[in-house]
Amino acid sequence: MAHQDDREITAAGNGLLDRRAFLNNSLRFGIIALPGLAMAADKAAFDPARPPWMQKPGAAPTPYGSPSPYEKDVVRFPASNPVVRGDGVSFTPLHLLEGSITPNGLHFERHHNGVPDIDPGRHRLLLHGLVNRPLFFSVDDLLRYPLVSRQCFIECSGNSNTGWNRIPSQSAAGYVHGLVSNTEWTGIPLGTLLQEAGLDDKAAWLVAEGADAFAMDVSIPLEKALDDALLALYQNGERLRPENGYPLRLVLPGWEGVTNVKWLRRLQLTDKPVMARNETARYTDLLPSGKARQFSFVMETKSLITSPSAGMSLKSGPGLYQITGLAWSGRGRINRVEVSTDGGKSWAPAQLQEPVLSKAQTRFRIPWRWNGAPAVLQSRAVDETGAVQPSRQALIAKRGRHGFYHYNAIIAWKVDGDGLVSHVYPGKHENNDHIDIDSGWD
Amino acid sequence: MFIPANMKITITSILILAGISLFAAAADFPQGPGLGKPATPAEVARWNREVWPDGTGLPPGGGTAEQGQAVYVKECLSCHGRGGLGDSGDQLAGAKMGLTSDYPEKTIGTFWPYAPPLFGFIRRSMPMTAPGSLSDDQVYAVTAYLLYLNGIIGRDDEMNATTLPRVRMPNRNGFIDVWSKSQGRD
Repeated sequence: MAHQDDREITAAGNGLLDRRAFLNNSLRFGIIALPGLAMAADKAAFDPARPPWMQKPGAAPTPYGSPSPYEKDVVRFPASNPVVRGDGVSFTPLHLLEGSITPNGLHFERHHNGVPDIDPGRHRLLLHGLVNRPLFFSVDDLLRYPLVSRQCFIECSGNSNTGWNRIPSQSAAGYVHGLVSNTEWTGIPLGTLLQEAGLDDKAAWLVAEGADAFAMDVSIPLEKALDDALLALYQNGERLRPENGYPLRLVLPGWEGVTNVKWLRRLQLTDKPVMARNETARYTDLLPSGKARQFSFVMETKSLITSPSAGMSLKSGPGLYQITGLAWSGRGRINRVEVSTDGGKSWAPAQLQEPVLSKAQTRFRIPWRWNGAPAVLQSRAVDETGAVQPSRQALIAKRGRHGFYHYNAIIAWKVDGDGLVSHVYPGKHENNDHIDIDSGWD
Repeated sequence: MFIPANMKITITSILILAGISLFAAAADFPQGPGLGKPATPAEVARWNREVWPDGTGLPPGGGTAEQGQAVYVKECLSCHGRGGLGDSGDQLAGAKMGLTSDYPEKTIGTFWPYAPPLFGFIRRSMPMTAPGSLSDDQVYAVTAYLLYLNGIIGRDDEMNATTLPRVRMPNRNGFIDVWSKSQGRD
């Protein structure tokens, strides 16, 4: 049994400690390991007092840096239509990352027919419809406009959708829940261009269209365009990556990914939505009644423990560990995140990493002394509007099983007596009575 | 003063109801350098390929299911399967289960609320290997074939800019606009 430090303050059942405990540097944390991440190879010849990398000059500076070769397993997980490879996704490896910003090369992807190779010198944005002056903008033009930066998450509304299934997925956390990423976007407030074109009084919606082979088009209410919509040119300080809409994308903070149109080429002001395929036949949420929720734009309050999580192991045995994860809400700031390690019987507040920003991912952390017995770990987020992340049972009771999109239920990880972590549905639950039929990515 | 986002929305809703334009009510945005170049009506017409539920945007031309079957076999079948039953691409027709079943099938016949956007979607996005390559007549014909496969029109019914908007889709009233509800409209 692990030694319990006398100074530790218990915050909830089964070893959860006060969130401030980790500030006490006398506490030693256990190691959470992922299988397959190898340690340095040749122990016999290696002298840690005189490591070889101190005995010869290192590499020269480079024009553009890459992660260490030892981090080669920290990658997205791509999954595509077997015939049309450009129709697919790649998941952000949330379980392998820390902090709150997603590195640009690991931002999730969802493309409907591939990443276009766009020459920015030839790309144009057309603003037309219910405006006084229909206008074209070149990318060079747009780069001269006043820019603003803001951090926010973008989440595909199909994220986490295996949660609707009856059998809990055992894939790594990021490869189920990683169709969400968090970025500092820099661009032009959409209102600045609408101001220049002059809005007709009848304008109430915009149709946004991408310059990809799918010519993705969706309708967006004017209220959002005038609230916090951004025409993004930069992500995390550098120009957009091709897979994130280079050279220009729409960013609608807190709204489902499909509305954040990439490779933006056309904005049409209208008095009503166009009822495109991707706002009727797809990206609508079928209810048990047979009706479907449409224009369900807001991504609701959600959180996820990223470590420890499915597939990891608490390999150093009982002792002190840090539970950490991410929380986000499309309605505003995260107010608090509560963590339970006893299957939901008791909960303690986790420490939120400052700054806590509206519609952005917030990192949370809490220390946990694992006693070596099986435990079920869960996190539950509450946002500033009071919206609480629902249990899986509550979400299914409200929405049924075939909504496909907008799965934001509490996620539970079971730690077994050997420290191996797996995904479970807590409580009395069906686990094998039906074949799962909802799969795929959109 | 800090105004919660939901409060702002309520305020804009009130302004809309009061007949005040959203834009006049919105906060001032940063002034840009005014570099937009005027777009002519002809340019806008070439760029804008949207097709609306009422048929706005549908081009001249037409086609029947009979003609569309040949287009389907050549351009669509390899992904969407025989009779639109689905393969690597979506199931488009032949649903045996309704939307309330344990195994709901969302096809054109059971799920799509409007017919003209079907033309619009096929014209802009299909086939995946060569989007935009079909002629308007071919798109009308394959649209007719898909509606025919779903039992919505007859084999000889021509679909064109006049007839397609008149097609009543079975799931026309199948959607709940949660955005408008959240705004106190609808």
